[in-house]
Amino acid sequence: MEPMAIVSIFVLAVFVGFEVVSKVSSTLHTPLMSGANAIHGVILVGAIIVADHSSTNLELGLAVAAIVLATINMVGGFVVTDRMLEMFKGNKK
Amino acid sequence: MSRTLYDLVGLAAGVAFILALKGLSHPKTARRGNLIGAFGATLATLVVFFYANPGSSLPLNNLGWILGAMVIGLLIGVPAARKVQMTQMPQLVALFNGVGGGAAALVAIVEYLHLGTEATTAEVIFTVFTVIVGCVSFSGSVITFLKLQELMTTRPVIFPAGRFIIAATLVSVIGVGAWVVSALGTTPLLILAGLSLLFGVLFVLPVGGADVPIVISLLNAFTGLTVAASGYVLDSVLLIIAGTLVGASGTILTRLMAEAMGRSLFGTLFGAFTAKPQDAAGSGEERPVRSGSPDDVAILLNYARRVVIVPGFGLAVAQAQHTVRELADLMISKGIDVAYGIHPVAGRMPGHMNVLLAEANVPYDQLAEMEEVNPTFGQTDVAIVIGANDVVNPAAQTSPGCPIYGMPILEVNHAANIIFLKRSMRPGFAGIENELLYDPKTMLLFGDAKASLTKVVSALKAL
Repeated sequence: MEPMAIVSIFVLAVFVGFEVVSKVSSTLHTPLMSGANAIHGVILVGAIIVADHSSTNLELGLAVAAIVLATINMVGGFVVTDRMLEMFKGNKK
Repeated sequence: MSRTLYDLVGLAAGVAFILALKGLSHPKTARRGNLIGAFGATLATLVVFFYANPGSSLPLNNLGWILGAMVIGLLIGVPAARKVQMTQMPQLVALFNGVGGGAAALVAIVEYLHLGTEATTAEVIFTVFTVIVGCVSFSGSVITFLKLQELMTTRPVIFPAGRFIIAATLVSVIGVGAWVVSALGTTPLLILAGLSLLFGVLFVLPVGGADVPIVISLLNAFTGLTVAASGYVLDSVLLIIAGTLVGASGTILTRLMAEAMGRSLFGTLFGAFTAKPQDAAGSGEERPVRSGSPDDVAILLNYARRVVIVPGFGLAVAQAQHTVRELADLMISKGIDVAYGIHPVAGRMPGHMNVLLAEANVPYDQLAEMEEVNPTFGQTDVAIVIGANDVVNPAAQTSPGCPIYGMPILEVNHAANIIFLKRSMRPGFAGIENELLYDPKTMLLFGDAKASLTKVVSALKAL
């Protein structure tokens, strides 16, 4: 990909990242941290790509370990965040 | 599947992550936000199975290994996430973050082995970055886990010449990183990974227990950046977007948390290097305290007009959230004005107490934030502090030498009466003596928080 395109995507994503969480109340810090944590579990996609083109046993072994870890990060992260948020209820009145 | 379609799906997943973070910023939309994020991640993962990278064909090579590894990950991750107690949430977030960082480092290493001498300089630089930061995030998160699980001391671990050792490790990490970039060997890369793991350990050891959440948040942002760097090497727009989003939002979140604790980020991370070992909790002399019975507490509450409940981690440890809600409901039915005063860092990580009380069905609009509740303590008849200590310690405002100096506190010392429910006279997580316990208007009710509260509830019912 064009280096300039990558730099543009990166810079714009930084600003979006700053913007979307700038006003979050401390009430939600824990779920937000946990949710953001789950999002970087998408490295699973990267782990699958490298497992696909692994040509030696060493590469495949490391890639398989990466898939296990990334799956734990991603799936566990979303499940636990949902468990926390499920409990947040306002006054039912 | 064509490259264009593949990239479009990746873009859609990136947008889902933005909506997820946006949703997570408001209580009403938070759950939906998280589900949108999970949907985006699932979509992104599925689509990889239908797109052959250049030089590859469908179905993916090693498909059995890939699916098997995912199943193992599911079998570990889902039960861990379902079974964890809410009080142990910070540890679990730390662990999940650590494995994510480890995964990113492994992906970078595999890709580096695969590319061999074909790697461009830019790719090698990004690989080195990912390996360093991913490994630091992994080992650092493991140490934070051990601290939070209290498998090791929660006090800052300071060893002689510690900062020189840490500085030397950092310099060698950077040096070996440069070596990898110039020499392109497998051995230098593995040495780099080892040194980075060591640096992660050394980096987190001197951080005190109360500051650990800030470190988790920072490591979370770090892991995000490694994912973005992997995205460059693997030519994946999705990974660049997702990683950068987490990196940026994680940085802001870290800063917000540090502000809530009245710390500069720099002070949190490097303060311990210059800190002297603290005075071992006070001078050790026995001083008189006023302790009371559950009946005394009930009488005090019965004649109060306004009561503020200040819950701390001890409340959650005693599993007394439901009992405290029962007490609050009873007082409300007697016409007493009741509020929960929630310190931003009550519990073991910012916002943790809100999660713990939500578990006990306390409506989140009864929870008053610190800035809201502090001006009202002057008109408060009774402040009940349950299993909290550091967040109400006036030393944070009055004694410049103490480790929590500068942290905003809940000013319960302005209330007419203060009741502390405590198990013992042991100081809080930060290990600092609390003068408030010896204040004449303070009454202490010793014992397990749940048992004590149950007695107070029945005494109050009888009045």
